[in-house]
Amino acid sequence: MDFGLSPEQRMLRDAVDRLLREHCPLDHVREVAEGGHAVSAAVVAALSELGLSGIMVLEEHGGLGLGLLDALVVAEALGAAVAPVPFVARCVLAPLALRLAGTPAQQARWLPRIADGSARFGVGLTEVVNRRDGGGVTAADGTLSGSALFVLDSADADAFVIADQGGQLHLVAGEADGLERLPLSTIDLTRSVGELRLDGVAAEPLGEDDGGTANRLVAAGRVLLAADSVGAGDVMIARAVDYAGEREQFGRVIGSFQAVKHMCAEMAARLEPCRSLVWYAAHAFDAVPDEALLMACHAKSHTGEVGRFVARTATEVHGGMGFTDLLGLHYWFKRIGFDRQLLGGPEIVRAEAAALQGWGKRAA
Amino acid sequence: MDLSYGPEYEAFRDELRAFIAENRHRAPAAPGAAQRAGADAVAWQQLLLEHGYTARTIPREYGGFGAEPDILTSRIIAEEFAAAGVPGGLSNQGISMLVPTLLELGTEEQKRRWIAPTLRGEIVWCQGYSEPGAGSDLAALRTSAREENGEFVINGQKIWTSTAHQADMIFCLVRTEADAPKHAGISYLIFSMKTPGIEVRPLRTMTGHAEFNETFFTDVRVPVDQIVGQRGQGWMVANATLGYERGMLGDPAALENRLAALVQLMHDERIDGVRAIDNAALCDRLVALQAEVAAMKFNGLRLLSNSLKGEPGGLAKLIVKLQSCELAHQISALAIDAMGELGLLYGGSRRERAGGSWQWNYMFQLGLIVGGGTAQIQKNIIAERGLGMPREPKLEHARAPKAEAA
Repeated sequence: MDFGLSPEQRMLRDAVDRLLREHCPLDHVREVAEGGHAVSAAVVAALSELGLSGIMVLEEHGGLGLGLLDALVVAEALGAAVAPVPFVARCVLAPLALRLAGTPAQQARWLPRIADGSARFGVGLTEVVNRRDGGGVTAADGTLSGSALFVLDSADADAFVIADQGGQLHLVAGEADGLERLPLSTIDLTRSVGELRLDGVAAEPLGEDDGGTANRLVAAGRVLLAADSVGAGDVMIARAVDYAGEREQFGRVIGSFQAVKHMCAEMAARLEPCRSLVWYAAHAFDAVPDEALLMACHAKSHTGEVGRFVARTATEVHGGMGFTDLLGLHYWFKRIGFDRQLLGGPEIVRAEAAALQGWGKRAA
Repeated sequence: MDLSYGPEYEAFRDELRAFIAENRHRAPAAPGAAQRAGADAVAWQQLLLEHGYTARTIPREYGGFGAEPDILTSRIIAEEFAAAGVPGGLSNQGISMLVPTLLELGTEEQKRRWIAPTLRGEIVWCQGYSEPGAGSDLAALRTSAREENGEFVINGQKIWTSTAHQADMIFCLVRTEADAPKHAGISYLIFSMKTPGIEVRPLRTMTGHAEFNETFFTDVRVPVDQIVGQRGQGWMVANATLGYERGMLGDPAALENRLAALVQLMHDERIDGVRAIDNAALCDRLVALQAEVAAMKFNGLRLLSNSLKGEPGGLAKLIVKLQSCELAHQISALAIDAMGELGLLYGGSRRERAGGSWQWNYMFQLGLIVGGGTAQIQKNIIAERGLGMPREPKLEHARAPKAEAA
């Protein structure tokens, strides 16, 4: 019995933290974000050195062959550092899609290249979760048409995994004819999302199912986004506590006022259980398939709610300074905001969790 | 991540399951809070004691089973009784608070005299801590005990003495050192509730029941050897017990049971012919609570692993009382909302659901949010001990508590 991270996972976390302290201080994040890139080549290269581009690629294809709980450890660290690197889609969801649904030929073609960083994927799953007007992709005769919105890690991608409206996954080349790639700029300048317009674009089906693989990918993505918020939330609380311990008003540090102290305590009290929840959700994904989808929903929706509370409260503890660009606190605020909305906000995800349990049905 | 307990433990679990299946007809119904455990509950307790399914690690010479402490075994016992819906023996302040305190700080004579009959349910205890002027600031207590001819003479008043009306004995904090600083003037005494000079008055609460009492002491005479620890050490002794109480108030299995009852209720209740659980707004709240209960459950597993490894619980532990009590209250609140007007029925009314227990819980759990360290005190603890934030500066002229005049 051991609920928690293994010694290897703790070492992984330490290694990633160390690397990010060196290569990804706030000044660097700011430089990348303000330059409009959302991707730091230097940090990507450093993470690749650790083999993290192949974290989900099996060893036979040149990767580390690890599971979602390992990837979660990395996601938490990246969230803590607000690191502008494509990780969730590129290093986890794309190789996972190939692992779960790819033919041996597709796996042999792509997985080694994902592992060595020479194939850079973006992943479009938004319409599996909730299709908005103007979004949605249909498949016909080996081609895709329509628009995929909020394709994750899309900016510098040279291939895509795209879900059509039926939940079937497809592989699409980045330079395919009829593919138009449009950037979407969000509040979070450390992540890259885009819109793909497809007009009869040649696509290769990835597996053949009724959306089961797409749903599993959504679940994995949700767990990682939740973990990102746990990491980012940790830092926001730590910064709020530090600030409250330095800032003086009325002749004392504001952290000695209960009004301020209680804000910090509430943040910690609400975020701390989220850590165990996301751990378990990742573990369920790896090892308890019956619970995987529901636990991913719980992790995503609950951490989304707590994340918003922490982001807002930690900013408030900083008073007027929190609202300025000077402290850069808003990078974490926006990162948490991004984690909350992508792949379904709390209400959408809770409705899904209800449906999984046969609740929330319309009267017959 | 390894959530298996291993074959030895699973064998123990199977054995326990077989025991429960075979004997559950002898188990009492869940006891009401305000009643003394009946003969069936006492007999059940004694059966469990014999088999080591309660008081398992308490030494045999004090009436326990004498097993080596083992966290996973305790966990399995708690899990299996909860899953079977059968009481895992008596649960009262004597067993959960006094016994661990005596084991840690009592004299040999005290251990031999008090622990075994307490475990067997023959002696019921109440706790005399809070006073009208000493709640969150417990150390401000004024109930006095002056020494006179080998006895302490006690005067003062306690409040929130939940089981005082049925108790045989009390463990009680009193001020013995009138001139010592606040925390250093307190002693921890144990004495009979039949001692002359004790008056117990029921304290009716918002639930309409008297779950608590006020207890008054007028020249109550107690032999000086009925002290746990030394004179003036009562604060330290009490803090050992408060830790046990906070553990008691934050049991994730209890939350899971409450949530399961809520899910059942929302299946059963219909609004315009539609199950409450199919109402989008109510269902949304239910799933939100389900996620929070799951988070607290896994937080609990994490704490379990920490203690197996001998690591401190840290923040994950400090937040349990605050979060669990709030969550329990919200579960009851949703139940009432799901019942709509029916949620108002109380006091044995026609059409009342579950004996009015959701309303009772909704109100009583507000009491639990306050009791055992208020939510605000919990937040101070989280901020100061968990996050390392500074304490509120002490007032320069804070008044020292005065002992009650004898």
